[in-house]
Amino acid sequence: MNTKNIMIVGVGGQGSLLASRILGAAAMNAGYDVKVSEVHGMSQRGGSVVTYVRYGESVASPVICEGEADVILSFEKLEAARWLPYLKIGGTIVTNVQQINPMPVIIGAASYPDEIVEKIKALCVDIIAEDAQAMAKEAGSEKAANVALIGLASHVLGFDRNVLRAAVEACVPAKAKEVNLRAFDKAQEKIG
Amino acid sequence: MKKIMLGNEAVARGLYEAGVHFISSYPGTPSTEITEFAAKYDEMYAEWAPNEKVAFEAAYGAAIGGGRAFCAMKHVGLNVAADPLFVSGYTGINGGFVIGVADDPGMHSSQNEQDSRHYAIAAKLPMVEPCDSRECKEFAAMAYEYSEKFDTPFILRLTTRVSHSSAPVELCERKNVPVRDYEKNIAKNVMMPANAKKRHVVVEEHLRQLTEFAYDCPFNKIEKNDTTLGIITAGNCYNYAKEVFGEGASYLKLGLVNPLSEKLIREFCRGLEQIIVIEELDSVIEDFVRKLGYDVVGKNVLPNIGEFSQDLLRKYLLGEEADSSMIADEIPPRPPVLCPGCPHRGTFYTLKKLGVTVYGDIGCYTLGAVAPLGAMDTTLCMGASISALHGFNKVRGEEGKSVAVIGDSTFMHSGMTGLVNIVYNGGFSTVLILDNSITGMTGHQENPLTGKTLKGDAAPYISLEDICAALGVAREHIRVVDPADMKLLETTIKEELESDVPSVIICRRPCALLKGVERKPALSVDTDKCRGCKSCMKIGCPAISMIETEKGKKAVVDPAMCVGCGLCESMCAFDAFVK
Repeated sequence: MNTKNIMIVGVGGQGSLLASRILGAAAMNAGYDVKVSEVHGMSQRGGSVVTYVRYGESVASPVICEGEADVILSFEKLEAARWLPYLKIGGTIVTNVQQINPMPVIIGAASYPDEIVEKIKALCVDIIAEDAQAMAKEAGSEKAANVALIGLASHVLGFDRNVLRAAVEACVPAKAKEVNLRAFDKAQEKIG
Repeated sequence: MKKIMLGNEAVARGLYEAGVHFISSYPGTPSTEITEFAAKYDEMYAEWAPNEKVAFEAAYGAAIGGGRAFCAMKHVGLNVAADPLFVSGYTGINGGFVIGVADDPGMHSSQNEQDSRHYAIAAKLPMVEPCDSRECKEFAAMAYEYSEKFDTPFILRLTTRVSHSSAPVELCERKNVPVRDYEKNIAKNVMMPANAKKRHVVVEEHLRQLTEFAYDCPFNKIEKNDTTLGIITAGNCYNYAKEVFGEGASYLKLGLVNPLSEKLIREFCRGLEQIIVIEELDSVIEDFVRKLGYDVVGKNVLPNIGEFSQDLLRKYLLGEEADSSMIADEIPPRPPVLCPGCPHRGTFYTLKKLGVTVYGDIGCYTLGAVAPLGAMDTTLCMGASISALHGFNKVRGEEGKSVAVIGDSTFMHSGMTGLVNIVYNGGFSTVLILDNSITGMTGHQENPLTGKTLKGDAAPYISLEDICAALGVAREHIRVVDPADMKLLETTIKEELESDVPSVIICRRPCALLKGVERKPALSVDTDKCRGCKSCMKIGCPAISMIETEKGKKAVVDPAMCVGCGLCESMCAFDAFVK
């Protein structure tokens, strides 16, 4: 198979590292070669963060470039728009509808674009936009929003459902396992 | 067994498998996790040192003592450790000694973009560079074997993408390597002119042997394909090149990046029609190949600034641009910011209000330079805040209008000597030590002031106040303030700016992200009381925004982000923030 490229984008502190570890584990357990690239340090402090997950028979580069992502998992709307050029033509964006204002917007030096999801749709891009926080809250904890997002994308990530679910189970902290699995299941049901 | 490992985790695994005994490091992105992961193995001693020079020398001492030793640092940390680095090749080692240094092309979390390969050349030391997690483990482990064989320290060079990318790694058992005997050897280990002159000859001989070794060593690899295009590369650039050229090129992948083998390169280049050298940052390999008389494609086409990617190679080498879509709106940038509840916020707001010149330093608090706070004039390197302020004040006489700002860990790293300089040379600058009880930016590492070691054991209490007093600052001018109390902080700073002796203000409040720090309930805004004056916006808290309501513009607090620190309450003249 060709290398599958998944990007996880969001705001530092939203839990994208855990999401990337879940996808990395799923890829390895499904028998693929995999590379995951993360961002640490200063950019994590509330900045725009991006994580790359690439899997396939043999993966060389650990990064994903413009026009290469099969799937973009976005924890925040503006980040979905920021990283849109990285989506492959025909790829899918799964985004949380949460809005977190960046500092230039907070201090009035810039404005937060309106109707981001609609504008992306208008470009004929396949986009799924849901309130992952709400789904996670329903499952028992807002902290499981990252896993809910994985559930929402489960049909385009290229993994067998059970492989993905087992990876969630293996990667989340033991005490949060049930909540996360509930969030995953609920999100997956929603997408069908 | 296979495990997905971060490059840095794989280096730690390599140390474990090589039977390493001793690790001493100072944290620095992107190198930090090597030592954190290494500390999880009970079989290895691991510690945080106050700075990279101390870490290097501790590891060097362990190696001379017969143990297998390691130290890790980021590229700028190697500048701090450069002094012992240059001489360590002269004495050689006893137990194997590997120095891990992580460069940061693209400056994800650094103040400059230096290429550490120059250090290997200048210090005449061998340097190996892995391209992924698998090689991180293998190269780290193998380096010990050759360090002992050639009686020289080895440098393991990493870059951000290698350190912070994960891939499956095959795990092996730990080798049981006993600590070697130690024998006193003045001629070899005491570097004074008479001995060093003889040892320089040995260094050159080692380099000659290593150059021979470079011809067929297990670190280098040639991949011959049926083509006349040859690519010479190293590290992660090899992966980018493979992504773009696949089997359409032959590859000389250099794992040993210093010294380079003329014989190996000549052999690889034989019969090739075009040679491309692909390396991030400076033209180190390219310069060597050009000197051999080959006309190559390299930095005449590729940039010497920033990080590479497959996309960048396609653009510069093949002229191909990616196909992508974008919405028409301008996307506002999202720079990193001080976290909600950050103890530094009140300090920088107060400094901005006072309009003083601020000599800054390296840490989370460098973000005090970002709008709307903008309360910083300079940031150079670890420790420079205090020493540079001294020079600034000596020429300008602005002791009453300027301060240095430095974190607790950075003060221990290299701030103390600057403070001594102020006291010794009759300066009377004011220094703010932002003591948030942890090394923050790199992700919460213990330091000599936190009372805990890297392994989690209790450490003796070291008092910041006592250190400053011992360095010569008068007790009554060592003030301790909670920066959340902005009024008291402001008066204290004003008082110390007016004094004509050196002073230290310790702004003490733990990092809001630390475990055990109480997270209070989120505040909310009483929209009847809020007048939309935007006073609260001056502190640059990411949890507060202004929104348009039917009653006009009002502040609003994001309950998911607010930690209830109450700084906004003290900004509001109308008591609009409520618990």
